[in-house]
Amino acid sequence: MRSDFLRLERLPDIWCPGCGNGVALRALLEAIEQLGLDPDKVVLVSGIGCSSRAPAYTAFDNVHTLHGRAIPVATGIKLANPKLTVIVITGDGDSSAIGGNHLIHAARRDVDITVVVFNNYNYGMTGGQASPLTPSSSITTTTPSGNLDRPFDLVNLAAGAGATYVARSGIYFTKHLVDHLKKAITHEGFSLVDTIVQCPTYYGRFNKRGDAAQMLVSQKDWLVLKSVAEKKTPEQLAGKVIIGEFVNIGRHGPAAASTMKEQA
Amino acid sequence: MSEATVLMQGNEAVAEGAIAAGVRFYAGYPITPSSEIAEIMARRMPQVGGTFIQMEDEIASVTAIIGASMAGKKVLTATSGPGFSLMQEGLGYACMVEAPIVILDSMRYGPSTGMPTKVSQMDLMQTRWGTHGDHWIIVLSPSSVQESYHLAIRAVNLAEKYRNPVILLSDETVSHLREPIDTALPEPIIDRRLPAQKTGYQPFKTDATLVPTIANLGTGFRTTYTGLVHGESGFQTANGHVAETLVQRMRDKLFNNLDDIIRLETDHSDDADILFMSFGITARGVTEAVETLRSRGRKAGSLRFITLFPFDDDRVRQAAGPAKTIVVPELNSGQLVLLLKRVFGDTRRIVPLNKVNGDLISPAEMLTFVREENL
Ligand SMILES: Cc1ncc(C[n+]2csc(CCOP(=O)(O)OP(=O)(O)O)c2C)c(N)n1
Ligand code: SF4
Repeated sequence: MRSDFLRLERLPDIWCPGCGNGVALRALLEAIEQLGLDPDKVVLVSGIGCSSRAPAYTAFDNVHTLHGRAIPVATGIKLANPKLTVIVITGDGDSSAIGGNHLIHAARRDVDITVVVFNNYNYGMTGGQASPLTPSSSITTTTPSGNLDRPFDLVNLAAGAGATYVARSGIYFTKHLVDHLKKAITHEGFSLVDTIVQCPTYYGRFNKRGDAAQMLVSQKDWLVLKSVAEKKTPEQLAGKVIIGEFVNIGRHGPAAASTMKEQA
Repeated sequence: MSEATVLMQGNEAVAEGAIAAGVRFYAGYPITPSSEIAEIMARRMPQVGGTFIQMEDEIASVTAIIGASMAGKKVLTATSGPGFSLMQEGLGYACMVEAPIVILDSMRYGPSTGMPTKVSQMDLMQTRWGTHGDHWIIVLSPSSVQESYHLAIRAVNLAEKYRNPVILLSDETVSHLREPIDTALPEPIIDRRLPAQKTGYQPFKTDATLVPTIANLGTGFRTTYTGLVHGESGFQTANGHVAETLVQRMRDKLFNNLDDIIRLETDHSDDADILFMSFGITARGVTEAVETLRSRGRKAGSLRFITLFPFDDDRVRQAAGPAKTIVVPELNSGQLVLLLKRVFGDTRRIVPLNKVNGDLISPAEMLTFVREENL
């Protein structure tokens, strides 16, 4: 990866040893490099959280916004200058709790931005509380007896809201992740990549997932490629999370909308 | 009527003034009594090569205009009390990243949903202190349709010049008034200062103006923004000295330029013994009340705040002249009067005149008040 994509003077980063955010950021920078994008035309926008600190370490234009508000800021940037490649880095809480409304509306509008969710299944920055993506029964500091709620399925949420590109990957599957990030960035329209990362400090520790290395390597056991999953029974897929491309369709245009009206 | 004279509604004057000042991006969410601005912008933005977007709420509206501003556009959003409350989060962020944005707040009767179609002046303190933390805001208040047009231009100019959010504080009545106005440009259009040198560029380094240049996103400066305390490089820090320097600079960049920013209008204040101090729609009633009192031989005068914030005690003291009695009519339970009590202490008699039923204070009511209170 090109070292001039990072602001080395800003390192070391704030992340705990073994945090998955660095690996996810590296994959994103790799995707940008492989696509040969003009670095002057790439803008990284984030909300608030451990994950949202990532853009400030990069050498692109970067905007660290408010908790949950990266997507509307990114929408303003993209509409003001459509020539820019606008990528949002956000956490599971940032994107699906406080920013959930903005997420579904950006997907509905099919704004041509890419949202990369660094999904560690909890609120890392504030000390490991539950997020809307925390699995049922999981232990967090605000679900000490196990999470009573059901989580969102972020992929289905984005797809249902009208996203025209949706994928999920994990940082253990580096090439898979980089490939899907590249497809998301080049996709014309709203794209989202649910990127599974580990938070060993909180989620991992509270739920006995082992150390950072064990959490990372275990992704190969509980993340299942979509192509493989298609051949499995629901019983075989219990407790597994499927990765791959889930939506890849053409943009919703005003023309498409008017056709729908005629049909109605 | 000159060629440039047209009949306009207050909200339309704000929209057209903003366009004349160069606004090319509008994001908003409908709310009475500001909705006409969104409707006008939906039609007008495409005509002038700009962008209109209706967002999902006011939080998204204000943050979208911040993003567009960072990408180089002059921007506007418009709202009223309930929406303005939601915008406070974004307003604080705009202060911290020094984003030039203009928010029109057309005051209706509140708190909460209140009386959507009734006028008030209840948001005055919210413009100044609605968002958390020490911060500085420019607030301008129009009393007429003509002034709505001029102040919309001025708001955009000041936002760009000082890299600061500007609130245009209008109200339900001024928003919906229809008056003939002159659309000739009253003052030059001001554009933000752009940086010249890419090498060694520091996003928040300033010269004597204390206002950093703006590297619009995508122009190759690789700029950086955060709502966290940041030094000249724009990178986050928890260094108390840097924090103190930043907060003081954000104040000083405005307070070093009060001559440029503050506009107070006085009428007969030189020899007045009774002076009305007011802003916005209430000031129109004052004009008539002062005329009537003068015609009866009473030395009455008026001071009208066109700029409400920054608020400069010394300027207000000077502009007030010799009047021993200061009447403060406002459509709330007493907000402007708090500032004036601070300014004058016990040196003058400060008399609040408040109305909180959703109606205006008529000139006749002001005269009755003066008589009955033996002012
Ligand atoms: C309006 C607001 N509410 C709460 C917070 C506190 N806060 C900071 S980060 C965060 C959660 C971050 O979790 P997530 O988005 O999952 O990112 P992570 O830290 O796990 O990467 C919260 C609640 C805040 N900064 N702003
Ligand atoms: S708390 Fe969790 S998410 Fe945050 S830096 Fe540490 S490991 Fe990473």
